[in-house]
Amino acid sequence: MDFQWTKKDLLDLYDLSRDEILHILNTAEEFKKVSQRNVKKVPALRGRTVVNLFVEPSTRTRVSFELAEQRLSADIINMNADVSSFRKGETLLDTLKNIQALQADIVVMRHQATGAPNFLARELNMGVVNAGDGAHSHPTQALLDIFTIREKKGRIEGLNVVIVGDILHSRVARSNVWGLLKLGANVTFAGPATLVPREFEKIGVRVCHNLKDALAEADVVNLLRIQLERQQRGYFPSLGEYSRFFGIHPETLRYIKRDALIMHPGPINRGVEIDSAVADGPQSVILEQVTNGLAVRMAVLFLVAGCLK
Amino acid sequence: MKKNNSWILKGGRIIDPANHIDRIGDLWIRDGRIVEPDSFDPALAETVNLHGLVVAPGLIDMHVHLRQPGNTDAETIRTGTMAAAAGGFTSIVAMPNTSPCADNAATIQYIKEFAAREGVVKVLPSGALSVGRKGEEMSPVGSLKAAGVVALTDDGSCIQNNELMRHVVEYAGNFGLPVLEHCEDKFLAGDGVMHEGYWSVLLGMKAMPAAAEEVIVARDIILSRLASWKIHIQHVSSAQSVKMIRAAQADGVRISAEATPHHIALTDVEIKKFDTNYKMNPPLRSEEDRMAVIEGLQDGTIAVIATDHAPHTQTAKLVEFDHAPFGIIGLETAVPVALTELYHKNYLSLSQVISKFTVGPASILGIDAGTLSVGAAADVTIIDPDCEYIVDVNDFYSKSRNTPFNGYAAKGRTMATFVDGVCIFSLLKESEPEDEESK
Ligand SMILES: [Zn+2]
Repeated sequence: MDFQWTKKDLLDLYDLSRDEILHILNTAEEFKKVSQRNVKKVPALRGRTVVNLFVEPSTRTRVSFELAEQRLSADIINMNADVSSFRKGETLLDTLKNIQALQADIVVMRHQATGAPNFLARELNMGVVNAGDGAHSHPTQALLDIFTIREKKGRIEGLNVVIVGDILHSRVARSNVWGLLKLGANVTFAGPATLVPREFEKIGVRVCHNLKDALAEADVVNLLRIQLERQQRGYFPSLGEYSRFFGIHPETLRYIKRDALIMHPGPINRGVEIDSAVADGPQSVILEQVTNGLAVRMAVLFLVAGCLK
Repeated sequence: MKKNNSWILKGGRIIDPANHIDRIGDLWIRDGRIVEPDSFDPALAETVNLHGLVVAPGLIDMHVHLRQPGNTDAETIRTGTMAAAAGGFTSIVAMPNTSPCADNAATIQYIKEFAAREGVVKVLPSGALSVGRKGEEMSPVGSLKAAGVVALTDDGSCIQNNELMRHVVEYAGNFGLPVLEHCEDKFLAGDGVMHEGYWSVLLGMKAMPAAAEEVIVARDIILSRLASWKIHIQHVSSAQSVKMIRAAQADGVRISAEATPHHIALTDVEIKKFDTNYKMNPPLRSEEDRMAVIEGLQDGTIAVIATDHAPHTQTAKLVEFDHAPFGIIGLETAVPVALTELYHKNYLSLSQVISKFTVGPASILGIDAGTLSVGAAADVTIIDPDCEYIVDVNDFYSKSRNTPFNGYAAKGRTMATFVDGVCIFSLLKESEPEDEESK
């Protein structure tokens, strides 16, 4: 493979070329093989220090990154900085410049503020890996989704991928869409009009406010978590009504393709966007997504580390 | 050797929109006032050759945040007025959102005294419309007028209570003070940090719709009519706002408007850089909005270009986009940006551009400035409309550096500024012995 990875940061799939995305996926395939061996640890990041800075709390993504770092033999610093610790006069940039001064190599960051990793990547020499920023971007989630689809379907090009739910507030949808479009999939965003803006049509996404129409030709159905908060802000009348018109139930499976994949970035709201029978059913690949997340994050950290001095 | 406040400005293109003058000629200044040419012995003045340059009335910026008192880390009256001078402005209206708020005569007095001592250009204070700019009770309008304010505004905030707004406008009219309005419906704007549209949807950024501005523009048109007094819409940024203002003016409502250089030059596509030097309120909007603002300037709906110069320290701005304060500096880039974007792109004539900085604001404020009439104070700005240069923040006199125009390729530049006949800023070469050169 003559492709050379050159980026010290992973911020968003918007910034990546088709070749770069494929390179990450191929690298992740190699790491997945490592995970299936008896000895699961490799020395790829030995001597490197990775800081996990979760300004917005997260359990699943943090655990996945931490395990990926351990498997790569990195030294790990976990910082559970909540926003309040930045109110003591020190800015986020101050904090990270201090960490950088301690010769840390990579920061893995989750933050509520859209664009925070892009801003830091510009100001720091350290590598920045975005573990989710605001409603903007969650590149490793999108990569593991695409990895899972490719593994199951053998391709991305020409597939009909439908993402259902709160697109407006979803960093998962915003990252998936760039990766999927660059690899040639047909993307549909579905859900109530208040949560699925028509503006996405301008980048080539099909926007659909009726679930049945959206799912008719779907090869992949990716469901997003619905938060109670959206009901409180008046985006829809109730979770019950959301579930009735936009949730996936056993009956829904009757009008979608038998081999369509059911995906969810988790954590799932059983009985809201997805019924248990579907989440745990034969078409669901939800747990495989979690497994693949580890391989994808190992690949990303490995590639980013390779571009640091 | 300078004979301080007497000059003969020779051979420039004199553009004085208030007097419909645009001709090559000489401007004579004696003891800080503009006088008839040939009215005194030339030996008493310094002569400067301005061939190829424009001689304009001293520019007026009716929307400036000087930050003093309160936030002198970002700007002071001293540095802010130096930036004004370098930008070609001879009079600036200071916004009242200082700390303490300029909602009382003592603070106005402080600003005036400090400006008299430290200021390089003329500082015209404005007072708050409501106490503490909280939108709850009317400020002491009469006392503010007596203390010397030229206008009233809650800029940065917006009175949400329509009844209070009605009464403030009526009462301001009573004292002859124009009301300058920052139009923003708090609920529609919410916690938005950029314009709601294609780019906010793509970026997943919290957004404020143009409707947040438009709802208040509509309200103000209605209340201006009801109160029979003038309301000036600050930093108009949306196409619908321009349309409503145009229709209201045609209908005889006393509503006027200003636009900023950044809303003329930039759109919300810039936000994808996540650079907080593009974060201001109202936000950069769509290309359609930008073009509507330019059309408003062309047909006169918008009579003023004002900077909304809003200094912030590097510390305050070098943070996550969501957390950064709104606002950018503008005094030192207004002329180059306006000339590059409006004059050189053939939207406005040179005289029209100058009118937006002179007679436009002067007539809305009702102040005696913005002309080159004989007898007027010799506030004069010399502009090279064709000077090409790259904007460099390191050259700025402002204490702050928060501009999106660093590195901007400009065509048009302020070359010198005179206040009351005194040259306070100059990029002109030291006058060479004239006879040898020109003969
Ligand atoms: Zn304002």
